[in-house]
Amino acid sequence: MSAQPIIVSASPHVHSDRTSKKLMYDVVIALIPAFLVSVYVFGISALIVTSVAIISCILFEYVIQKYLLKTDVTITDGSALITGILLAFNLPSNLPIWMIIIGSLVAIGVAKLSFGGLGFNIFNPALVGRVFLLISFPVQMTSWPTAFVNNTSVVDAVTGATSLGIIKEGLNMGETMTEISARIPSSTNMLFGFTSGSLGEMSALALILGGLYLMLRKVISWHIPVTLLATIFIMTAIFWVANPEHYANPLIHLLAGGAILGAFFMATDLVTSPMTKKGMVIFAIGIGIITVVIRLFGAYPEGISFAILIMNAFVPLINKFFKPRRFGAKIKSKIV
Amino acid sequence: MLKTFPKGGIHPPENKITASKGIKKMTLPKVVYVPISQHIGIPAEITVGVKDKVDIGQVIAKSGGFMSSNIHSPVAGTVTKLDKIIDTSGYKKQCIVIRTDLKDESNFKDTEYPLKTTITLEPKDILQKINDSGIVGLGGATFPSHVKLSIKEGTKLDHLIINGVECEPYLTADHRLMLEKAEEIIVGIKILMFALHIDNAIIGIENNKADAIETFKKIIRKDDPIKIAALKVKYPQGGEKQLVRALLNREVPKNGLPLDVGVIVHNVGTIFAIYQAIQHNIPLIERVVTVTGKKLENPSNYWVKIGTPITDLVNEVGGLPEGTRKIVNGGPMMGKAIKNMDVPVTKGTSGILVISEDEASRGEPKNCIRCGECVDVCPMGLEPHLLMNLSEKGMYEKASAEDIMTCIECGSCSYVCPSHRPLLDYIRFGKNSVKKMNTSKN
Repeated sequence: MSAQPIIVSASPHVHSDRTSKKLMYDVVIALIPAFLVSVYVFGISALIVTSVAIISCILFEYVIQKYLLKTDVTITDGSALITGILLAFNLPSNLPIWMIIIGSLVAIGVAKLSFGGLGFNIFNPALVGRVFLLISFPVQMTSWPTAFVNNTSVVDAVTGATSLGIIKEGLNMGETMTEISARIPSSTNMLFGFTSGSLGEMSALALILGGLYLMLRKVISWHIPVTLLATIFIMTAIFWVANPEHYANPLIHLLAGGAILGAFFMATDLVTSPMTKKGMVIFAIGIGIITVVIRLFGAYPEGISFAILIMNAFVPLINKFFKPRRFGAKIKSKIV
Repeated sequence: MLKTFPKGGIHPPENKITASKGIKKMTLPKVVYVPISQHIGIPAEITVGVKDKVDIGQVIAKSGGFMSSNIHSPVAGTVTKLDKIIDTSGYKKQCIVIRTDLKDESNFKDTEYPLKTTITLEPKDILQKINDSGIVGLGGATFPSHVKLSIKEGTKLDHLIINGVECEPYLTADHRLMLEKAEEIIVGIKILMFALHIDNAIIGIENNKADAIETFKKIIRKDDPIKIAALKVKYPQGGEKQLVRALLNREVPKNGLPLDVGVIVHNVGTIFAIYQAIQHNIPLIERVVTVTGKKLENPSNYWVKIGTPITDLVNEVGGLPEGTRKIVNGGPMMGKAIKNMDVPVTKGTSGILVISEDEASRGEPKNCIRCGECVDVCPMGLEPHLLMNLSEKGMYEKASAEDIMTCIECGSCSYVCPSHRPLLDYIRFGKNSVKKMNTSKN
């Protein structure tokens, strides 16, 4: 017999080599291309915003868990790191540092830890942080530095509205899409990231690259991103076909705002999205519809953050009503 | 496209390191410990006393009822004790201890008989013989075979399915048996088809055993009603319900049996045991056991007498390697970890797996990140995370309503959980509690 005691435990006796930590770091890896684009476009300020968000998220998690909740500190699991990056990705690159810190506190302290920590939060922490800042500091949160203009100075940034903002404003002034489209970047520029907007939503291409990596690694499935983007595309296409002078074309809607970032990285957050594939499709359709409604008829030019948060609230209900089909069950789907 | 079941399942590393090792005859054990409860149901009743001389194949414990099975002496020798010893379950169970008579020639007689293809018994006698021979399901469930074969008049049966899936990693007992005893298995299938008046049979084999598929294809004649189906490798395809779904696209109803969809399923090992009993009058006293593990000197497959202590098996392959931390009776997905090496091989032992330090420990459980992996892989369409939660909180009514009792305990959920949560442990606990709750209600 060996010197060490024999372990007796119930089956199974083997485990796949996937761990939550690996999943989290896969998400971090997937965010790198978009981060690099943001540094390329906004320079040092992108680096500052992201670093501040990451450091303050991790620090708040550490301090709150260690001294306030007196529970195990989980900062190494990678989730606070992701929250930090995603929060930064949803902010303008010239946001004052103290605001970023407040956003991080709300994301980690309120949205995550007060709900019970990783796995228990109902709402996407990064989005709660962002929306809190948007409502509290609407001016700073909607003055976007223009690409390549303020590479060196954070303070004297040349700012402008986002493409969706320009469209919304223009339409409100009674302009037609033909008149407006001269003032917004081309779709190609949007694809590669030469536009204005939040730090991480610059390049659709970089985000899609990261999203594909996540799908390849089976961290996320296609259900949420594809359904969500298809919903936005179809809905905006219907309006655009009906009245192209009053509604932007669906390509702009897909590429201009946070649709891609939201579809691949925010809505797919494991904790706050449904458990079943059926549920994910319903969830994504909901986000798509709410996003389009806010964009076309709401006060804000962009609505995906709100849409995701609203649908986050429905996730427990979706999980309850869209259960997997039980093996051997007679009825197609069981509604409890 | 290879056939498989559509919902759930996993593909753990196969580790079939003994696949090319022919089945060897295990050294005759000096002492055998034969438990009287090696099957699901009522324990058998002991019919011998201490100091009695017993012959090989003699009944030493009689079936205790319909849902029970005879136990035969695996060796010729003398009963030395009727004692309680710890078996695989970890509990002390009644056991007949027999010292092998090393001078008795019958212990060394060759049991390799020439193939006998003509079936002489009548259907009724075949079923009786299966009952008398103590045959139980050798796939691991050890359900008494005559119970499975006692079919009510008027039940429509159109397919006999032979389970040659062996989806558990590491195990190769069925694989080797199919390679070495293919002709006998085909005769066994014909015996059952004749006894039950079934017109079709399908042997389901996963595609990682291409040589077994080929072997069968070679010996099956065109006009044989027996078909071979290659299946995609996916765990737990060896589960009856998953196998029926994969092969015939029929879904056994919730809480139902394959019989409800006109199918009866038997493991290849059971079929071989039936062949031996009907054609050569040999009761179930021996079975194939895979003795395996990455660190073992000489892992292989063996013909092992029922009642052989696991120590003997491990010594046969070169002893327990340095750093062994876990010994499993069965495969890594559904086998039972044992504490004591004196545990004997029983009718349900398909393998002994020796696991070393690096794979023996479980990861530390973390918070559920609600990734839904467990829901994805559950072949029964359950929500393991929810069932664990309900079991943990003692909400058994709710757990029962969420179909916890249909869980087949395959362990796919625990296998994939990235947070290392002990999902199946809690589900088992919940199932037991629901059972208790239901009995106290009645």
